Amino acid sequence: MPRDYSGVISKIDSIAAKVYADLEQAEIPALQLSTRTKANIRFDDDLNVWKYGKNKTERAASSLDGAYMLLRTMYLVDFIKDMIKEKKSSTLRETYYISEGWNLAKFASQNESDLLAEDLEVITGCMREDFKLRPEEDGARVIGNLVVEEMTRNNTKKKIHCQDDVGDAGYGIPYNVEKEKLTFKQVDADFIVAIETGGMFDRLVENGFDTDSRAILVHLKGQPARSTRRFIKRLNEEKKLPVLVFTDCDPWSFRIFGSIAYGAIKTAHISEYLATPAAQYLGVTPSDIENYKLPTDTLTSEDIAALKSELDDPRFQDQFWKHEIKLQLSLGKKSEQQALAKYGLDYVTDTYLPEKLVEMGMLKK
Amino acid sequence: MYSTYLYDLKISDFISSCNNFIIDFSITDTGCDITLQRRDILPEAIAYELAKKQKEISVAEFFERNKHILGFGNPTRALITSVKEGVDNALDACEESGILPDVFIQLKNISEEECVIIVEDNGPGIIKQQIPHVFARLLYGSRFHAVRQSRGQQGIGISAVVLYGQLTTGKHAKIISKIQENQPAVLVELAIDTNKNRGEVQHQEILHWDKPSGTRIEVCLKADYKRGKRFVYEYLQSTSIVNPHARLVYKEADGTEHVFERTTDILPKKSEEIKPHPYGVELGTLIKMSKETNARKLASFLKHEFSSMGDRTANAVCDEAKLDRNLNPADMSREQFLALYQAFKRVKIMTPPTECLSPIGETLIRRSLKSETQEISPEFIFTASRPASVYSGNPFQVEVGIVYGGNLPKDKPVKILRFANRIPLLFQQGDCAVTTAIASIDWRRYGLDQPSGTGVPIGPAIFLTHVASTQIPYTSESKEAIADVEEIENEIKLAFREVARKVQMHINKKVRRVKTREKFDLITKILPEIAKKSAHMLNKPVPSLEKVITRIMDVVWIEDVVEYEKVRGKPVQTKLNVTDTKAQTDSGGWIAKSTIMVVNYKGKPQKFNLYALFPKNAVVGEVKPKPTKVTDTYIKWSLDSINPTKKIDLFFELAGLNKGDFDENDLYVQNINPTYVIGADKWEGE
Repeated sequence: MPRDYSGVISKIDSIAAKVYADLEQAEIPALQLSTRTKANIRFDDDLNVWKYGKNKTERAASSLDGAYMLLRTMYLVDFIKDMIKEKKSSTLRETYYISEGWNLAKFASQNESDLLAEDLEVITGCMREDFKLRPEEDGARVIGNLVVEEMTRNNTKKKIHCQDDVGDAGYGIPYNVEKEKLTFKQVDADFIVAIETGGMFDRLVENGFDTDSRAILVHLKGQPARSTRRFIKRLNEEKKLPVLVFTDCDPWSFRIFGSIAYGAIKTAHISEYLATPAAQYLGVTPSDIENYKLPTDTLTSEDIAALKSELDDPRFQDQFWKHEIKLQLSLGKKSEQQALAKYGLDYVTDTYLPEKLVEMGMLKK
Repeated sequence: MYSTYLYDLKISDFISSCNNFIIDFSITDTGCDITLQRRDILPEAIAYELAKKQKEISVAEFFERNKHILGFGNPTRALITSVKEGVDNALDACEESGILPDVFIQLKNISEEECVIIVEDNGPGIIKQQIPHVFARLLYGSRFHAVRQSRGQQGIGISAVVLYGQLTTGKHAKIISKIQENQPAVLVELAIDTNKNRGEVQHQEILHWDKPSGTRIEVCLKADYKRGKRFVYEYLQSTSIVNPHARLVYKEADGTEHVFERTTDILPKKSEEIKPHPYGVELGTLIKMSKETNARKLASFLKHEFSSMGDRTANAVCDEAKLDRNLNPADMSREQFLALYQAFKRVKIMTPPTECLSPIGETLIRRSLKSETQEISPEFIFTASRPASVYSGNPFQVEVGIVYGGNLPKDKPVKILRFANRIPLLFQQGDCAVTTAIASIDWRRYGLDQPSGTGVPIGPAIFLTHVASTQIPYTSESKEAIADVEEIENEIKLAFREVARKVQMHINKKVRRVKTREKFDLITKILPEIAKKSAHMLNKPVPSLEKVITRIMDVVWIEDVVEYEKVRGKPVQTKLNVTDTKAQTDSGGWIAKSTIMVVNYKGKPQKFNLYALFPKNAVVGEVKPKPTKVTDTYIKWSLDSINPTKKIDLFFELAGLNKGDFDENDLYVQNINPTYVIGADKWEGE
């Protein structure tokens, strides 16, 4: 169904209006937005997710860099208005290339245009999709006893069974997983397992874990895309399925869990759309390394710095995480989830996962 | 042994047959001295035996045995010293006669060890009778005892070259001289009799020479051409830097010709001879002077034979020494002279007059450096000139210059060019007072590398130092390095500190300008775009940006530009004959046109004074708007109040400069907070 973008347009216009008003009043034009750092996130009790706090950053035309930023902002919002009018959309990368024609307002790098798009989300409270901007990121793969209905490019509806209708690669999550695009028809499963590495995902598929244990397997492909996180959230809330996150044992993987369960720092303004507060961390934990005597690598100095940073991260302040992170620092070691193969290819599905699931109350002994 | 020994033997044979006598004889300029001493009267002391063996040797013989002292220690040095003496001579001769020097130097490599050096000039020439005295007689010259700056003083110079050539190759020097246009030139082949310290004409002839006048010397000597030739080039290039009025042409052995053009047509001011200063006179010299003076009274002896001695000072000295002012100097005792000598030190005596010095001047140093470093395309050149000072009664003056940036290597020690009395010092850099002074300044704050803040700094720069004096204290007779005299070292340090400050101010100005230029781009390019875009999106008119601009810039922006225009002067007639077109000369030169733009980007109107400095020898032409004051070093404007975002243009012309002598304005402001201003510094007073 055609969407109503008038709200988006008025929000965009208000940005231009602010700049214009500043100039009219002989003020140096400036835009304010929430500071997007670890120091400025706070837990919102109502929404049960982490959002931005009160600190603001200002982009003002008093310095050369600030002036360039404001100019690019003007050009970008004008471009978004055009896209809405002409019912077109563009990827972030295309936007970066389009800026080549903006003379002084040209983006110096893709990163700059990505960040500016996020800035606009934060200022307006809209999402990128509202601006008709699409990311490059891949959505994750899904295998499990789940039927989804997708609105295709030809404007027809298509039902897809995520075991019978897909190959070994599974169902690929599209970039837009809103209700107008994707709905969940039927599901027959007990829980969702979100898996970090492709290798482990394939291992569980090969071992038939989805059918044997009645699980929906989602391959995150590393740091999960927004669409993946949104998918998981919707599935959890609409179909009441618990979410278990299964990653490597290192600080970067802990952050992957953080972005699923708590919301990422970069997208804290829209945490309520993307975060699944009910998600739980399954493994691999530093305690697992000890208990299962897994093969390990030594922590690098970057790893140690990241772990220490997480001790300060407001999202990781509960008992469980504090204990595990301190344990890992004292062990000085990290481990991959695929290290479970030490005990054989079936160990993960025969022993490790069942033991962990019982521990977490998902399975009965 | 003496060549006349055999002749005298007959007499001595006879005399010594009478064993009663000790015979002592020696050959002098005027004849032969024989002394007899009766042996029976005097004791048989060994000293007498030894006395027989003692004799006087001639200066030329001294030279033979001590070549290294005079700069002929090895074949490479010999080559350079010979060129040096020839060129010095040529420059001196031309300057004395008021002729702009055109000197031609040629080297020929005859064999592995032998070279021919030719130095030719367009000077007044030397009269035939004097040629042997000038070129073949050591310690002969016209400039002894004259207290004034000059290139060489001992009169050893060119004769040493002739002697060296003769000693090492057996060949004789050839000199051509022409003293008048309508007279032929004379060619003289010259040898030195080392015993007599005399020149001997081996051959002489008349020939035709195309020049109106001049001198040409050709000497064959043992020298290392391969090693020495780059030093010769360096020497001549350096010489041309500090003698901008001279034109040097250097032809190498393989025919390659280098031309060092002159950068000014004005001869340097001639140094005037002055009387010695009391601080610089030794006791023995003082006594000698008293014997030679015509003055009959002590006070007038002091006033007439010394510089800086007026009535008051002379009287004060006499009183301090407790000597009667009317004492006849010829009657004074040694003790009285000693008292006088000590009194000199205790009485405050003025520094000597500086007419005896002939410094190069900042403008010419800059011009010379600019012309010689063109290929390096330096970023900037700055000079500084100290006022004249004194050490031990000898006047001296230090001038320095720094060339920075361009293609100069960033990771090598800076190149140091040392000059004393317009002569380049090429060797013994480490022993020189110039190097000591440079090494003791911390150059790190001026942007050069210098581990631990001492030693020769590293960076893309050339440091030039010129010390002019009536008496340069060299470390040795070969005159390669200046001795570490405290006053001289001090002045060199002060001079370099001055020029380094200029460098720093320039760099700071540049940095501030770059920063403000960014803001300038902001307000001239980006801000209007932001305004346009936002207006377009909202379908509203573009807002006015004036007020926002002043809020962002918040400075008074001053920018300047200097352009040069060649001016053809009116033809000047030098002869009454109107039809003689050759007599009309084009006296055109360059006019430097400076435009200064002042914009007020502050929120409130600004009113202040602006000063623009210019070089001393420039003449101010048109000035717009009307200045409040013009002196020989600056122009001052008391500007009317400038409103925010308004600008004013100022303009002035300078004549009497060469193109490029002055390419950046030196601007100062007064009656305004200097931090408000970009492009000018605070006026500190004259």
